[in-house]
Amino acid sequence: MTDDSAAAGRMLPGVHQWLARRRQDAGLRQYVVYAAAVFIFALFAVILRDDGFLTASNLLNIGRQAAPIAVMAVGMTFALAAAEIDLSVGAVTALSSLVAAEAVGSYGFVAGAAVAVAVGAGIGLVNGVIAVKVRIPSFLVTLGMLGIVSGIARNMNNLQSLPIRNDTFLAIFGAGSVGPISSLLIWTVVVGVIGHFVLHQLRWGRHVLSVGADRSAAGALGINTDRIRITALMTSAAAASFAGVLLAGRLAIGRHDLGENLLLTVIAAVVIGGTNLFGGRASVAGAIAGSVVMAMLNNGLILMGLRVADQLIARGVIIILAVALSMREQKET
Amino acid sequence: MTGAAGTPALEVEGLCKSFRAVRALDHVALSLHYGRVTALLGDNGAGKSTLVKCISGVYAPDAGVVKVDGTVQAVASPEAARSLGIETVHQTLAVIDPLDVVENLFLNREHTRGGRFGAWLGVLDKKRMRAESGEILGRLDIRIPSLRRSMSALSGGQRQAVAIGRAAAWGQQIVLLDEPAAALGVEQAARVLDLIRSLRDAGVAVLLITHNMDRVTEVCDRAVVLRQGRKTAEVDVGEVTKDDLVAYITGARTGGPDT
Repeated sequence: MTDDSAAAGRMLPGVHQWLARRRQDAGLRQYVVYAAAVFIFALFAVILRDDGFLTASNLLNIGRQAAPIAVMAVGMTFALAAAEIDLSVGAVTALSSLVAAEAVGSYGFVAGAAVAVAVGAGIGLVNGVIAVKVRIPSFLVTLGMLGIVSGIARNMNNLQSLPIRNDTFLAIFGAGSVGPISSLLIWTVVVGVIGHFVLHQLRWGRHVLSVGADRSAAGALGINTDRIRITALMTSAAAASFAGVLLAGRLAIGRHDLGENLLLTVIAAVVIGGTNLFGGRASVAGAIAGSVVMAMLNNGLILMGLRVADQLIARGVIIILAVALSMREQKET
Repeated sequence: MTGAAGTPALEVEGLCKSFRAVRALDHVALSLHYGRVTALLGDNGAGKSTLVKCISGVYAPDAGVVKVDGTVQAVASPEAARSLGIETVHQTLAVIDPLDVVENLFLNREHTRGGRFGAWLGVLDKKRMRAESGEILGRLDIRIPSLRRSMSALSGGQRQAVAIGRAAAWGQQIVLLDEPAAALGVEQAARVLDLIRSLRDAGVAVLLITHNMDRVTEVCDRAVVLRQGRKTAEVDVGEVTKDDLVAYITGARTGGPDT
């Protein structure tokens, strides 16, 4: 027996142990999303090979479309982890693209992004305070907020798109790149790394998970559950507004409906990624992988020649399947 | 730090708590002493858990005062109770399933790293917490297969041990245990009693809610009996029999040598 095979022999029980531990912690499911991403990629690479799925420009396009979904999904991960949900995110994204466009014109690119994100965080604060202090479930508060914010966005520029002419803003938040890497991709990675760090390495991240898993237990240990729930909803809205900045940067406009239809896509991405729809389990990396899956599906459905109506149906079916999987997991534990 | 053994750690006077028309606690008085174990007895619905929740800041009492070391304190929240050195093991254990053992032991008492900025951000010092968790559990002779296991992968007894270990680790003065050995096997229940004894020997004032009269006579110094929200008896455990205790609980007898 050579040294190599002896080492391999020693490693195998290690792998077994690792698998056994994962299974015991019910954590194997969190890797399903990566397998799904590879599977869907391979599937489309084969069946859509004549439709240009594998071309560099199409892959780049998928990446660009995944970016705002992923940024929103990272924020939504924290809302769901806290056992809340934020249905206002698509509307916040749209409003924020308009706010960014407006502010960039008047005050420059830094203020453009900062004001947009601040407005988002403010909307999240209102969502959170109403949900927590008035004791209304967050899905109702944010559903109402979705309407309010959509209305404000439609009033803001009379349904017209607002062009952005600040080249620095467009380079940093949209069309630019560092070497061959699109700035949108860089922002996605930055948001993902920060989100992962916050969830796993910061006290706040662990408290969000605790409150989502068992609010009364977290409260009995002295955690300020109101503050955690409010800040979790602020995080999702702030992330959604940053996604609005990225959409505005990519398209060089702000418009009342940018990202408005992404709500279901984002929720599906997060849940496919292994985050529990009812709190207590969350994965930022999974949410990003889920976003790539959703972007690939969107792209593939278009390349297949499906009409918009059929795309909607397909996406609806996918989210129901993902949630069904999450519910089953919930009942098992 | 605990005071001298036998001196009062926690005193409750005239505590009242109602839920709508139901008087859960009616002018209840109670005192816990350093280095002593006090049993809190009573039938289901007598108000035991409500009393514990009032002391640990989960419920706000309608009237009455809570004194710690002779000073009146407002225990307005669980956090306020914890910072006064009052730790509680609730019936539900209050462990967080998706977090691991270390995270549960240190929940809301986390160590941070990275100096002041790290503390402000709340950057967890996982290495230090893991090392200290090993010490805490070792000191209490609590055996957990892996500190990095999530709580949901542990057995009922192990979960209970972690909850008690957490209370013992942070409850430097006062530990309230709401049925800590319910639903445990014989051996595990015996270990919980050992834990209670080691807390007592360390000078901690312990309150123990239980339905098991054997445990009362084994570890408790005094027993307080609640019935329908009122204190009906307070006795030295050494001076009564188990049958006496049961008679107080069922209401067949009231009073007691000291009341």
